[in-house]
Amino acid sequence: MTKVTMTVNGKPVSGEVEGRTLLSQFLREGLGMTGTHIGCDTSQCGACVVHVNGQDVKSCTMFALECEGAEVRTIEGMANADGSLSTIQQAFQDHHGLQCGFCTPGMVMTAAALLEKNPKPSEAEIRDYLEGNICRCTGYHNIVKAIMAASGQDVGAIAAE
Amino acid sequence: MPKDHGIGASSKRREDVRFLTGRGRYTDDINLRGQAYACFVRSQVAHGRLNGVNTADAEAMPGVIRVFTGADFEGIGGLPCGWQVTDRHGEVMQEPGHPVLAQGKVRHVGDPIAVVVAETYDQARDAAEAVVIDIEELEPVLDMKAALEDGAPKVHDDLTSNLCYDWGFVEENREAVNKAFETAHHVTTLELVNQRLVPNAMEPRVAIGDFDPGTEDSTLYTTSQNPHVIRLLMGAFVLGIPEHKLRVVAPDVGGGFGSKIFHYAEEAFCTFAAKQLKRPVKWTCSRSESFITDAHGRDHVTKIELALDAEGHFQAIRTETYANMGAYLSTFAPSVPTWLHGTLMAGNYKTPLIYVNVKAVFTNTVPVDAYRGAGRPEATFQLERVIDKAAREMGIDPVELRRKNFITQFPYATPVAVEYDTGDYNATLDKLLEIADVSGFESRLAESKARGKLRGLGINCYIEACGIAPSHLVGQLGARAGLYESATVRVNATGGLVVMTGSHSHGQGHETSFAQVVADMIGIDENMVEIVHGDTANTPMGMGTYGSRSLAVGGSAMVRATEKIIAKAKKIAAHLMEASPDDIELKDGAFTVAGTDKSVAWGDVTLAAYVPHNYPLEEIEPGLEETAFYDPNNFTYPAGAYACEVEVDPETGKVTIERFAAADDFGNIVNPMIVDGQVHGGIAQGIGQALLEGAAYDEYGQLLSGSYMDYAMPRADDVPFYTVDHSCQTPCTHNPLGVKGCGEAGAIGSPPAVVNAVVDALQRAGHTGVTHIDMPLTPSRVWSAMQG
Amino acid sequence: MYAFDFERPTTLDEAVAALGTEEAQALGGGQTLIPTLKQRLAGPAKLVSLTGIAELRGVCIADDGAVCIGGATPHAVVAAEAAAHYPALAALAGNIGDPAVRNRGTIGGSLANNDPSACYPAAALGSGAMIRTNIRDIAADDYFQGMFTTALEEGEIITEVRFPVPQKAAYVKFEQPASRFALTGVFVAKYADGVRVAVTGASEEGVFRWSEAEAALSSDFSAGAIAGLAVDAENMIGDLHGSPEYRAHLVKVLTGRAVTAAG
Ligand SMILES: Cc1cc2nc3c(=O)[nH]c(=O)nc-3n(C[C@H](O)[C@H](O)[C@H](O)COP(=O)(O)OP(=O)(O)OC[C@H]3O[C@@H](n4cnc5c(N)ncnc54)[C@H](O)[C@@H]3O)c2cc1C
Ligand code: FES
Ligand code: FES
Repeated sequence: MTKVTMTVNGKPVSGEVEGRTLLSQFLREGLGMTGTHIGCDTSQCGACVVHVNGQDVKSCTMFALECEGAEVRTIEGMANADGSLSTIQQAFQDHHGLQCGFCTPGMVMTAAALLEKNPKPSEAEIRDYLEGNICRCTGYHNIVKAIMAASGQDVGAIAAE
Repeated sequence: MPKDHGIGASSKRREDVRFLTGRGRYTDDINLRGQAYACFVRSQVAHGRLNGVNTADAEAMPGVIRVFTGADFEGIGGLPCGWQVTDRHGEVMQEPGHPVLAQGKVRHVGDPIAVVVAETYDQARDAAEAVVIDIEELEPVLDMKAALEDGAPKVHDDLTSNLCYDWGFVEENREAVNKAFETAHHVTTLELVNQRLVPNAMEPRVAIGDFDPGTEDSTLYTTSQNPHVIRLLMGAFVLGIPEHKLRVVAPDVGGGFGSKIFHYAEEAFCTFAAKQLKRPVKWTCSRSESFITDAHGRDHVTKIELALDAEGHFQAIRTETYANMGAYLSTFAPSVPTWLHGTLMAGNYKTPLIYVNVKAVFTNTVPVDAYRGAGRPEATFQLERVIDKAAREMGIDPVELRRKNFITQFPYATPVAVEYDTGDYNATLDKLLEIADVSGFESRLAESKARGKLRGLGINCYIEACGIAPSHLVGQLGARAGLYESATVRVNATGGLVVMTGSHSHGQGHETSFAQVVADMIGIDENMVEIVHGDTANTPMGMGTYGSRSLAVGGSAMVRATEKIIAKAKKIAAHLMEASPDDIELKDGAFTVAGTDKSVAWGDVTLAAYVPHNYPLEEIEPGLEETAFYDPNNFTYPAGAYACEVEVDPETGKVTIERFAAADDFGNIVNPMIVDGQVHGGIAQGIGQALLEGAAYDEYGQLLSGSYMDYAMPRADDVPFYTVDHSCQTPCTHNPLGVKGCGEAGAIGSPPAVVNAVVDALQRAGHTGVTHIDMPLTPSRVWSAMQG
Repeated sequence: MYAFDFERPTTLDEAVAALGTEEAQALGGGQTLIPTLKQRLAGPAKLVSLTGIAELRGVCIADDGAVCIGGATPHAVVAAEAAAHYPALAALAGNIGDPAVRNRGTIGGSLANNDPSACYPAAALGSGAMIRTNIRDIAADDYFQGMFTTALEEGEIITEVRFPVPQKAAYVKFEQPASRFALTGVFVAKYADGVRVAVTGASEEGVFRWSEAEAALSSDFSAGAIAGLAVDAENMIGDLHGSPEYRAHLVKVLTGRAVTAAG
């Protein structure tokens, strides 16, 4: 066991981990932060996406020890300081961008990373950026719409309410 | 004006807040004090004789608590099948045993042989590799037709063959149907495969067994769509635990699509092991494991024939289907290719004579059971594809051919034993042509051509039967369970309500839409209503959520319970206002006496119910809590029309979905936003089936598409924005809400639209020999079809 | 995963030393190795992470104009930083996997792994790149030795990859629908001394050069130049996603498209 120390959602945390402990395991089991989900074991579904030093990564495909000293941000740290939903989270609720909610943490974290780099992405850019995030429930329609809305774009014209 | 609250409003989902902030509570998020971890040792061969399992080395490994094998389950029940089908000759189906852990034989890759329980998951997995298994490999049975040949190896030695049943429907019509084909003006024949799919809810299955030695109560936390059904099946048939000593909890569940209806070995194992070891036992499925353990869907091989007269009127339909059951009968497997499929073969059309033959076959593959749509997508696909083919053969416009044969008078009794209560198929088709801008197709076609792409348009209709269904009927059809639903409405003293429903939400948004209904009935704020589901300890016995039944059946039970609440509350109000209960009206959360200005608030009445100082105690009991069980007297019949436009790259065969439109008739709508979402998700799954997904086995029975590396899930860039409409509404006539169900429509209506569109594109480009391509329409398959 | 020790050195020398021990293995971005470990298909005693070594990261331009990419540089960094110098290479990197994969996965890991469907091998072979390790320089033509096989020795670390910049180039990837790796991908690069065409995803032998097309395109750099050529389906991969014949067909179609895209 090795000690690892990092900052998660602004708070310094540390814990004893094995070499093989994944960041996702450290978050879920070590810190009890179960918002980060595990949907596959081949690094493809994106349910586990978090930000490490500002970059979106799959926490199931990174070791906890690789995050020594890193700034980690998870879904639990996405709401506004007063606890209200952030713009992206609110857009997901407003536009019904989630159903069972299982893919949702990864979707929100990925969307946040996209909007940081590209504040007004086109529909095609959003769909492309979501390549590593699988949702079985929504058919993506309302996820894409929510991300467009969160970036301040008018989604009124998009088919269906 | 769209409504802003109550029935018909797109209320935002209250459950979203916890999901969006990482505070959902899924089964894997639960960790019990002292829990041990289970790792299953599974068969790596498709078919084999299990000569021995040696656990000695594994038992000696660090952290190992105990290793279980089939021997531990001798004398314990196997996993039961919940539906018994009677075949053409009046014989009941062949029903093999389904042990929790393999006994004597392994029958598919993934079949559980042993389980290591250890202090940590890694220790359990390390030790699982040390379990020594002696298997004599046997020739696997994979192809369904070959499985039925004389001398084929048998999946189950104690059965007479690999045939589960040979079902004919309606058997009495068989001769008449055959005659109609002999004299038909035109017969269109289509042979097709409705390929095997892997459901892939994004949350993998999890089970945690717990046992309290003090009370001897067992608890199972599981990823289920129907905790009560699991409690009944597992308690009564597998482990022999009476229901009052067994609690099943299905907390937040990350999607189901059918695959979480069934009772699985891992659930029984964890409950059993927890009792044996007197500590909680947790199993979390990996995605790789879920590919070889979750029940798969579809897997039908079908020949359908359509007989038409010279004007294109449908005269008769005859089908022959081979339906793969896999290695064992999963919980509801026998019902899928029969009652959920044969009864829908009339579609939206007046066809006087229909005969459906289904041979269900055992093979050395993962069991197959209901997956979103369950039987109805298979029926719709073959019917809507053969109609398209017939239209082309007879030179009739495919839309006109459909219209010509539409059922227009309701109620309508089909020749396949169901009665459609309402519908207006012309209305949804008209709406579709409008929202899909079919009249603009030619110009889009020209534009595609200019870019060197082929373009095609596919249109089809669908009907489905939802809200499964009257218990007395399903009982006759072989169901071993009732199919009612339940609700308890508890009004608290200060006026808030808790609705405890037997339905289960795993993405459908019950917590919001159910509250809308109750709040609307009483005229109070939706936030005063809380919906509780998913725990047998605090909900009445219910059958759960599948077959688009929650609102139609579960919602109806809730309406009935709420009606009882209102009736009693009126009596209390009448007492408080010294009026006759018959004169009391409830509106906007206040009781008034008709024709007067007397009024008491909802909260005054609820308080009186629990503080009955001034109360008609001689007439009614204190308190305000009612339960209702609702057993519908028919299925509901959502129907609609779908249109898909595709582009095909003539050089590579790659298909892209350019436009997709759906016009559905779901009857009344409680929350339009949620309904749209259900349709969107269904369409994506249908597009997935049509273009991307397919579980393929090799000749040894190994699953080739056993991970997302090879099983293509629809992603955001595989699909467009969809245009969906549900403004055509013919309310269901026999449930109190007039609702029909919307959860499966998208997955049922969309595959034929996509395939019709691709065939249309190729035909327009001169590939006139291409009348069908089997799903998934991968680039390589489409390219091969174009090569002739 | 089997248990292993974990080290995260900050210099190349430390990494080389750490890898000198029995059953030690380099860890790049982990985007291939970690899923492999999860399936228990590998069981190293020690993983040596290369991501903390600053000298292995980044994109620079050599005196001869070649684009040099540090062995532990993530795909996303290549996509961003090589764009001005070698757009086709940057575009290829920017289309590997998904954004999260690109933020972790590295060029060294991709080339060391030499997946028959990976993208970078096509760029390296198609550009005649030079693969520099802690002990030697290896020409791309000598480096790739069949699927999942390379010239690397045990413990050898890719420290840098040098890409000579062509006059024109393009990579066209036809995605396998599930994995989104290349079902077939073709990298075409036109240099002053001739055209190179490298094909990934198609062959049982891994990435390869299509020499007939190179000859044809060297004398006439247009999609039409390869019209008369045929690709032999023998030795092409046949699987769920496409037959050998289909892949052979794609090689030709994609080569034509790459030439057109290169302009
Ligand atoms: C969802 C997903 C999609 C993907 N899509 C694509 C795609 O479309 N195209 C594509 O090309 N790839 C794709 N990949 C693979 C991805 O590009 C990987 O990043 C890459 O193949 C391996 O790089 P890595 O740095 O992650 O290496 P690792 O996984 O860390 O290591 C891979 C191997 O290389 C060795 N190694 C690592 N670094 C070095 C080094 N510097 N020197 C010597 N040996 C080293 C390791 O020991 C190991 O054997 C995908 C991966 C995922 C998970
Ligand atoms: S859990 Fe990380 S990608 Fe699926
Ligand atoms: S909301 Fe269920 S998987 Fe996306």
